[in-house]
Amino acid sequence: MGRKRNGEKRFTFSVFLKGIVHIAAGITCLMIAFILGYILIMGIPNLKPDLFAWEYNTDNVSLTPALINTVIMTVVSLAIAIPIGIFSAIFLVEYAKRGNRFVKVIRVTTETLAGIPSIVYGLFGMLFFVTAMGWRLSILAGAFTLAIMVLPIIMRTTEEALLAVPDSFREGSFGLGAGKLRTVFIVILPSAVPGILSGIVLAMGRIVGETAALIYTAGTVANIPGSDGLFSSGRTLAVHLYVLIGEGLYTKQAYATAVVLIVIVIGMNALSGVIARRCQWKTS
Amino acid sequence: MENIIEIKNADLHYNDFKALKNINMNIPKHEITALIGPSGCGKSTLLKSINRMNDLVEGCKIEGEFLLEGKNIYQDYDVNILRKEVGMVFQKPNPFPMSVYDNVAYGPRTHGIRKKKDLDDIVEDALNKAAIWEELKDRLKKSALGLSGGQQQRLCIARALAVKPKVLLMDEPTSALDPISTLKIEELAEELKKEYTIANVTHNMKQAARISDTTAFFLLGEMIECNQTTEIFSHPRNNKTEEYITGRFG
Repeated sequence: MGRKRNGEKRFTFSVFLKGIVHIAAGITCLMIAFILGYILIMGIPNLKPDLFAWEYNTDNVSLTPALINTVIMTVVSLAIAIPIGIFSAIFLVEYAKRGNRFVKVIRVTTETLAGIPSIVYGLFGMLFFVTAMGWRLSILAGAFTLAIMVLPIIMRTTEEALLAVPDSFREGSFGLGAGKLRTVFIVILPSAVPGILSGIVLAMGRIVGETAALIYTAGTVANIPGSDGLFSSGRTLAVHLYVLIGEGLYTKQAYATAVVLIVIVIGMNALSGVIARRCQWKTS
Repeated sequence: MENIIEIKNADLHYNDFKALKNINMNIPKHEITALIGPSGCGKSTLLKSINRMNDLVEGCKIEGEFLLEGKNIYQDYDVNILRKEVGMVFQKPNPFPMSVYDNVAYGPRTHGIRKKKDLDDIVEDALNKAAIWEELKDRLKKSALGLSGGQQQRLCIARALAVKPKVLLMDEPTSALDPISTLKIEELAEELKKEYTIANVTHNMKQAARISDTTAFFLLGEMIECNQTTEIFSHPRNNKTEEYITGRFG
């Protein structure tokens, strides 16, 4: 009798757990659907041609300059972060002896860097690049700040991609009398490219979506860089959105801008997924 | 018979573990030498010491002399030149993720051959010697990863031959293959010994008996017996050898 009750209890408990699991999954999906739906519904009707005018002014609050700045910011940040990230990952995986203390220090450092709130990067960028280096509020200062911020992402994904390359490739290459450099650049790195690319796309997503680290480093000027080039201030799309909301006068336009931003970020995530899938297909 | 490789008083440690104990053996030119013995007996370790693949293993210490054509492998050779002279075929086929052509051309390119004509000739020649040219000549530009396991292993042999080695080390080259592919590799090895010297680590006693001229039996890091294959399989001198080849342990 007691045994049976015990069994019943277990049965109700498992139904209960199953229910919770389903509800949790449901809530997550609903939340994403709600946020996306809300922004799309509020934003799409406000997507007016004005919003894409070439020049920004307070009437049209055009997002085109911000979009261009976003592209510039992304390219410059990645140009700094990609070589450093990839080469340090190559060093960690291929050159440093496994279990080396220096390697552990670098790993802890990158993990810590990944966990720092972006406003702290903003503060550092302001104190160092803007003030100490004298670059003023500029796209360059912003790009350097963001480069430091996304460096851990690129490093970690590259490291994992390199580690996933089977050792038999290394043996095969060394066995033919190839040196380390040739082995790494001709055999290992090409096999790791899909993984590295998906990391880069992830980093692009971070850059495009970042505000806190940029407000005090790249500033909020709403136009494309002028004669000062990279030393002029400029706002990216996310910062543009932040400013629009902050001013309180352009809520409709802010929603429309959010639509554009969301489309870009979702597009990038999808791209990263596609690349990751192709990577699995290639190695299997 | 002239010995291309001589190993004298070789000891090898992995940290505190002594993997090879006072090995003395010779590998005769243009012959197939089989290294047999149970798992962990040191036969693969010895093989890898001949082209210094053990350099990659941390905590590996080697004493004694390894001579290739009378010159010390660990002192008189640049490691990359040594590995060009002493090629290696691994247990699992490991073609690079590139085209068939690029796989075979990888070695020659590494050693400075750039002209397309020369490379074309080398690739064709190497694939011919590995008895796989006919199968692959129409798919040289296709990925090597699409080949079957047996084809991949013969491609790896071709890749090793493309740098014109003198010695070919084979580390259980057929253990991952089906019987038909195994047979093809064995036939290939017998063909190749005319031009090259082959050292073959194998778990397959029948394979050793079928294709090798000399057989060395290893146990717990020691070389128990090394003799002509016919001799070792018909009149083993050591008890342990006899027990192993008759299948009483191992």
